[in-house]
Amino acid sequence: MSTPVIDAASRPAIGRGLRLQWEAAQNAHVLLYPEGMIKLNGSAGEILKRCDGAASIADITADLERAFATSNLSGDVIRFVTMAVEKKWLTIS
Amino acid sequence: MADNLLIAPPRPGPPLWLLLELTYRCPLHCAFCYNPTDFARTAAELGTDDWLRVLREARALGAVQLGLSGGEPLTRDDLEPIVAEAHRLGFYTNLITSGVGLNEVRLQALKSAGLDHIQLSFQDSTRQMNDFLSSTRTFDLKSNVAALIKKYDYPMVLNVVLHRLNIDHVEEILEMALRLGADYVELANTQYYGWAWHNREQLLPSRDQVERAERVMQRFRERGGRQMQIYFVVPDYFERRPKACMNGLGSIFLTIAPDGTALPCHAARMLPGLTFPNVRSAGIEEIWYGSESFNHFRGDAWMKEPCRSCPEKVRDFGGCRCQAYLLTGDAANADPVCDLSPHHHLVTEAVARADHPGNGAPQRSVVEKPLVFRSERNSSTLFVKRDGA
Repeated sequence: MSTPVIDAASRPAIGRGLRLQWEAAQNAHVLLYPEGMIKLNGSAGEILKRCDGAASIADITADLERAFATSNLSGDVIRFVTMAVEKKWLTIS
Repeated sequence: MADNLLIAPPRPGPPLWLLLELTYRCPLHCAFCYNPTDFARTAAELGTDDWLRVLREARALGAVQLGLSGGEPLTRDDLEPIVAEAHRLGFYTNLITSGVGLNEVRLQALKSAGLDHIQLSFQDSTRQMNDFLSSTRTFDLKSNVAALIKKYDYPMVLNVVLHRLNIDHVEEILEMALRLGADYVELANTQYYGWAWHNREQLLPSRDQVERAERVMQRFRERGGRQMQIYFVVPDYFERRPKACMNGLGSIFLTIAPDGTALPCHAARMLPGLTFPNVRSAGIEEIWYGSESFNHFRGDAWMKEPCRSCPEKVRDFGGCRCQAYLLTGDAANADPVCDLSPHHHLVTEAVARADHPGNGAPQRSVVEKPLVFRSERNSSTLFVKRDGA
C-alpha cells in the first residue's frame, strides 16, 4: 500500500472512527479511538483541530501563522500531517 | 511551620477509563470468563437512572473512554439510552459484546444514539468449537452480526480469547477474520481470574503451543499486510516480568459492577480485607479520591520485598494484585509472574504441568477434570452454596 503524497494542496481529515476533542481535565486536546486515547501536545492539537477535510494544508498553515503571529510553519505542518497519516490519525482527500 | 513539612501525596489523576459492567447476565457460558464465579449471589442490577448518574459524575471528573460490558450488555433493554447519554456527555463509547441480541433494529438505534465502536467476541473459528467453548449455538449468529457491523460502517474488531483448546487454531481463526473483513483482531490469551482461574489446569496452553501460535501470527502479519491488524496479548504465565496491571490500581481505571460496586479493576472484588464502595450510596468523586479501598494500592507504601526496593516498581507497579492474591494468598506480594518473586515457582510449575500433562504429581489430568462452564446454575450450585452464602 503506497502512502499518498502530502503537499500544500492536500486536505486532511480526522480518520474514521477517531474523534478529536478538548479535555478540560487533562488541559489538552485528545484523540480518541477504539479503547484508547492519545493526549496531544499544544501544537499537535492546534494542527489537528484545523483538519476538517475542507481546509488544505496551505490554508491550515496560513491560519496557524496568523493565530500565532509567526511564519515558515509549512514544513512543520507537512511533517506532522505525514506522520499523522502514517499513524491513521488523519486521512487525505 | 511544622505543617509545611508534611507533604501531601499528589492527588491521583482522573479515572480516564470507565468500564460499566451493566449486567452479569449472559447468553454465553464461556469457561474462560473472568467474571466472579459467585456472580449468582450478586445483588440486583442498577437501574437506568443510576447508570446515567454514574456517567455524569465520572465524566465531570474527566472520564472519557467508556466500556460497556458485562455479562452481555445487550441483555439490558436500556443500552440505547445509556449510550445516548454517554455520547451527549462526550464519552467515546465502546460496546464489548458477544453479538447475541444485536439485530439490525438495535444496531441502528445504537448507531443513532452515537455508539462509536463495537468489539465482537468469537470463541473459535469453527461452529463446532465456538459453540462448544461458549456452551451455546452462536457461531452463525456471530457471523451475521459481523456483517451487520460492517454494513453500519463500524471498523470490525474481533476479539478471540485463546487457551489450550483453541490456540492451535490460530491460523484458521485469522483466516476466518480475514473472510469476515475484520479490521483488527485481538488474540487475547486467557487471563486466569474468575471462571478461567477455576478452569486453569484445562485452559493453560503449553509453551510449544504459545510459540507455534506466535509464529503463525507472525507469518500472517507478513502476508496480510496492513488491511487487517493483529494484536497478540501474550499470556503472562510465560513471561518473566509482570504486566503493569491497570497501570497501577486506582490510577486511570474505574469499573462499576452490575450491583453498583465500584472497583479499581474488574477482578478486584476478590481482594480480601477491602470494602469496595457502592455508587448507590457514594458519589464517584468520593469513591475515586476518598475511599480507603481505592487509595489502598496507590503509591508503593503497600509493597513488600522484592518490589519495595526494586527499580522496576515504577514500570510495573508490582504486577497484578489479584494474581498475587490468587497464587500466593497475599495481595501485597509481588505478582508471581515476576522471576524475582519467591513464589515464581507457582507459575513455572503450572506451565510445566501444561507442558507435560499427566507427568506431574499430583495427577491433575487436563483431560479428566471437566471444564466448568459459566452459568447461573453452576455459579449457584458450585460456588455460592459451597461458600456457605
